[in-house]
Amino acid sequence: MLKDQDRIFKNLYNDLGTDITSVQNRGDWVNTKDLIVKGRDWIINEIKVSQLRGRGGAGFPTGLKWSFAPKELGSRPHYLVINADESEPGTCKDRDILRFEPHKLIEGCLIASYAVQAHVCYIYIRGEYFIEGQKLQAVIDEAYEKKLIGKNAAGTGWDLDIYIHYGAGAYICGEETALLESIEGNKGQPRLKPPFPALIGLYGCPTIINNVETIAVVPTILRRGGKWFASLGREKNTGTKIFCISGNVNNPCNVEEEMNIPLKELIEFHAGGVVGGWENLQAVIPGGSSMPLIPKEKCETLTMDFDSLVAEKSGLGTAGVVVINKDQDIIKCMARIARFYKHESCGQCTPCREGSGWMWRMLERMARGEASKEEVDMLGDVTKQIEGHTICAFGEGSSWPVQGLLRHFKDEIKKRNKFDPIVKENKNIPYLVDQHLLDKNA
Amino acid sequence: MSLKRPAKDQPDNFEFNSSSLKAAEKIISNYPEGKQQSAVMALLYIAQRQNNNWIPLAAMKYIAKFLDMPYIKVYEVATFYSMYNLSPVGKYFIQVCTTTPCMIRGANKLVEACKEKISENELELSKDKDCSWMEVECLGACVNAPMMQINDDYFEDLDKEKTLKILDQILKGESLTPGSYRGRVNNEPENNRKTLVDIKNA
Repeated sequence: MLKDQDRIFKNLYNDLGTDITSVQNRGDWVNTKDLIVKGRDWIINEIKVSQLRGRGGAGFPTGLKWSFAPKELGSRPHYLVINADESEPGTCKDRDILRFEPHKLIEGCLIASYAVQAHVCYIYIRGEYFIEGQKLQAVIDEAYEKKLIGKNAAGTGWDLDIYIHYGAGAYICGEETALLESIEGNKGQPRLKPPFPALIGLYGCPTIINNVETIAVVPTILRRGGKWFASLGREKNTGTKIFCISGNVNNPCNVEEEMNIPLKELIEFHAGGVVGGWENLQAVIPGGSSMPLIPKEKCETLTMDFDSLVAEKSGLGTAGVVVINKDQDIIKCMARIARFYKHESCGQCTPCREGSGWMWRMLERMARGEASKEEVDMLGDVTKQIEGHTICAFGEGSSWPVQGLLRHFKDEIKKRNKFDPIVKENKNIPYLVDQHLLDKNA
Repeated sequence: MSLKRPAKDQPDNFEFNSSSLKAAEKIISNYPEGKQQSAVMALLYIAQRQNNNWIPLAAMKYIAKFLDMPYIKVYEVATFYSMYNLSPVGKYFIQVCTTTPCMIRGANKLVEACKEKISENELELSKDKDCSWMEVECLGACVNAPMMQINDDYFEDLDKEKTLKILDQILKGESLTPGSYRGRVNNEPENNRKTLVDIKNA
């Protein structure tokens, strides 16, 4: 288990409060100026040394991302955008940072803004987190009052303004270019890349977009050194991470742990074990709903980091661990996830807009045992038609969980779905009907 | 994709009141000059708050003029994002999360409770027209599942009985404390805390 002194988010459960005195006692804002005086190159290099990878799901190296920002400030201003549009089912870590460690985020914003030469920072919070946003706004106001941000922020000579922008219930706005579209006042539909936002982003200006957790760990990394962060976890999968353990466990919780922690330790030790005992475990979704599930046999030895999960054909994603025990119908669980993606597709690319509905309806019928044998393979085919044929990664995100189900539970589906269409029974299969006609909200 | 339709009965006029105007001006100043269109999402929220939790078409037209942008672009935004209510939802709008992490902890019981207490169908006003409910996708409080949101507040760690009680109180107009309804503190593992114990006991 990670030692308490190595935990970054000491106030994860709000034992200490979020007022300025108590956060200063915890070490935030103490020597921000000294860190910034060391210069841009030192900051970016230290983050590179720490091997910090983005905590929003894709795991892109943060130091590398920052180094993509133009070195010289041209005629266009630079922007820093914080992605707090946390909507991945199974994930609720950013909410706790916004509620209980907001100063870590604000201080991280200042340091990151300086490193990428931005004077304006937008924090994009999902609309449902209105209360959390209000709390954060109060903290921002307090930080302005104490001159920690604003003109000559924290005595560093750098000017920084931070604004909150609320989303309005669109999962897709967590995709970085959709998020930029949303800030610009458009529908949240992703842009083609390239050009990458680091060169042409918000309002056509260079923009660096980072997840809340990524930015919030930056001040601590700089204070304790990139080497300290890199000493936790393992090569290329370093540091600590907030894991959200939900679903059929006895004590669902958020906990900050070292990367590469065994999954079994997370579930048994921190979350109080699977409901009905370890033997009752059916499968685990390791990184939020977009990541393929992992069956019980592999959960025994699995360790939780980016690369070891990729080796299992899954991914760490946002580290939202959803535990599913044997009391649940696994096909139904995945059908519900498919419904989520059908609801949240932005509708820009045809394979995703139509395919997400196909997958949902096929899985619903498979859960009821009304699908034909051929359809099981057809479902796999549909996922392949979506994956890689869309502008953004939503296509992968929606088809991977279905592929995971087919990979590990195909026998279960086949056992339940023995319907043979040659029997000429009219089952009124609706997969050729336009999905909008079936939409109950239509 | 989800489809949204505006209400059939629409008011003819809409205008920001003075406090909404003030809030709108402040939001617009958050964005660079000439980029006032960025404020459209926030202005739609302001309109929604002013107009009993829903946005009439007149408000979209008003906001379009206010921000000097085409009406259709405001309409596009209002119909794209699911949190803008385009028809009346009542004073208390209850959103029950039913995505997988909540589902496997019994979110359907919460839906049953809503059906019993409020109305048979989603987005159908209760008899006194004060309240409606709907199923929504992940609200981002998965370790506190099952949960629901009433207007801005999260009610967590629920079951059917607790939901019925909450709904009763809401319908009577009583104010409620949001948060966990199983008595736990935030997101900590109940009675199983293994980390940061010294800080807790300090």
